Amino acid sequence: MDKNEMKNFIAKRVAKELKDGDVVNLGIGLPTLVANYVPEGMDVTFQSENGFLGLGPAPEEGKEDKDIVNAGGQYVTIKEGGVFFDSATSFGIIRGGHVDATVLGALQVDQEGNLANWMIPGKMVPGMGGAMDLVVGAKKVIVAMEHTVKGNPKILKKCTLPLTAAKEVDLIITEMGVMEVTDKGLVLTEINKEFTVDDVKAATEADLIISEDLKEMEV
Amino acid sequence: MNKVVSIEEAISHIEDGMTIAIGGFLGCGTPHKLVDALVEKGVKNLTLICNDTGFVDIGSGKLVVNKQIKTLYASHIGTNKETGRQMNEGEMEVHLIPQGTLAERLRAAGAGLGGFLTPTGVGTVIEEGKQKMEIDGKEYLLELPLKADVALIFGHKVDKKGNIVYRGATRNFNTVMATAADLVIVEAENLVEVGEIDPNDVVTPGIFVDYIVGGDK
Repeated sequence: MDKNEMKNFIAKRVAKELKDGDVVNLGIGLPTLVANYVPEGMDVTFQSENGFLGLGPAPEEGKEDKDIVNAGGQYVTIKEGGVFFDSATSFGIIRGGHVDATVLGALQVDQEGNLANWMIPGKMVPGMGGAMDLVVGAKKVIVAMEHTVKGNPKILKKCTLPLTAAKEVDLIITEMGVMEVTDKGLVLTEINKEFTVDDVKAATEADLIISEDLKEMEV
Repeated sequence: MNKVVSIEEAISHIEDGMTIAIGGFLGCGTPHKLVDALVEKGVKNLTLICNDTGFVDIGSGKLVVNKQIKTLYASHIGTNKETGRQMNEGEMEVHLIPQGTLAERLRAAGAGLGGFLTPTGVGTVIEEGKQKMEIDGKEYLLELPLKADVALIFGHKVDKKGNIVYRGATRNFNTVMATAADLVIVEAENLVEVGEIDPNDVVTPGIFVDYIVGGDK
C-alpha cells in the first residue's frame, strides 16, 4: 500500500465503527477521510467544532462561501438540517457528552489510553485547539493513524510527550490492525492479513495482548 | 445614543497595554477592518485574547507580525509561524488554553460567574497551578473568568442599536467576547435601521455593544 492507499484503508475501517444516528467529530488530516466511507443510507451527523452540525463535503469550485469553513479553515458546506452555533455552545456539545465519537490522529498513544497529539517541546507547539475538550468529552475516542513514524513505534507503553488527555482513548486503528484499550491492557482484536502478529508486535512498543478471537481486519 | 462611529473614532479608545479580545476562527468571522485599523494605529504591549492567531497576513495574526502583542491567550497558534517564533525567542508570552475552556472562561466573565469546573486538561500540563476538585467521583479543574478591556467582533447584520445577526460559522468567539469586555466594538458587514431585524433572529443583544463601525456593504 502506498501512503494514500494506507490512509484510505484506515479511514474505511474507522467508518465501520460509526452507527446510524451518531454525532461525530473528525480531526484534521487522515480522520477527515472517514466522511467519504459512511455507508449509504446511514445517518451520521458531523460536527465542526468552530460552530456547526451537519458538516458537508467541500463545495464545487466557484461556490465557496467565506462564512462556511471547517476547523482547519477550509471551505466546506452545510447539509440540509444542519445548524450553526457559537464556540461556547459547540464545546458544551463536546464536553457535555453529546458527541458519540471523535476520530483523531496521534503523535503518541499508550497502552493505558493516554494520548499525546498537541506538542513536541522545543520543536512544534501549535496548541491543543479543541483536541483536549474533544478527547475528554466524546463518548468514544478513536485514534486513526499510521502504525509507526519513520519506522519508530507510536504505540507505546507510556507516552513521553505532553498529554492531550489521560486514559481517554478507546480504540486505535492503523494499517496493521485494530487495538482496543481495556482494563487488562491493549488488545489486538483485528489484524491486516498483509502482516503477521510478530510484525505488529515488532512495530509496537506497548505490551500487546493478542485477542483469542483475533479477526482479519476488513474494510 | 448614537453608536455608529468611524473606524478611527472606535479605535481611538484602544491604548497601549490594554487587553483586547478579537473574534474569529482562522479569519472566519474576524473583524478584518478593525484589525487593519489597529495595525495602522500601532498601539503596543497589548494583551490579545483570540482563538488562534490566524495567518501572518490574515486575522489577528497581523498584530503579532507587527509586534504589537506582549501577551497572548489562544488555543491554537500553529498556522502563524511568527507567533511561534516570538514565543520561542521570548518576545511574547503565550498562554495556550483548550478551546472549550477559552470560550467558557470568556462566557463566565460575561455572565458574572467566578469560574467553572471542567474535566478538560485533567492529567495534562494544563492542570499545573490549578485547583482540582472531585465531584461525584470525577476530577475537574477550576478555571477562572477571562475578561478584556475591549472586544472587537464581527456581525453579518447589525442594526443601529447594535443587535447582531451572524451568518454561517462566523459566530465562534464573537458572541462570548461581546459579553466579556468593558468596551465592545462591532464591525458590521451590513448596517441596518432599527426594526429591520426580527427580534427572533438576534443572537447578540445590542445592550452588549458600545460602538458600531462599517456597513459599507
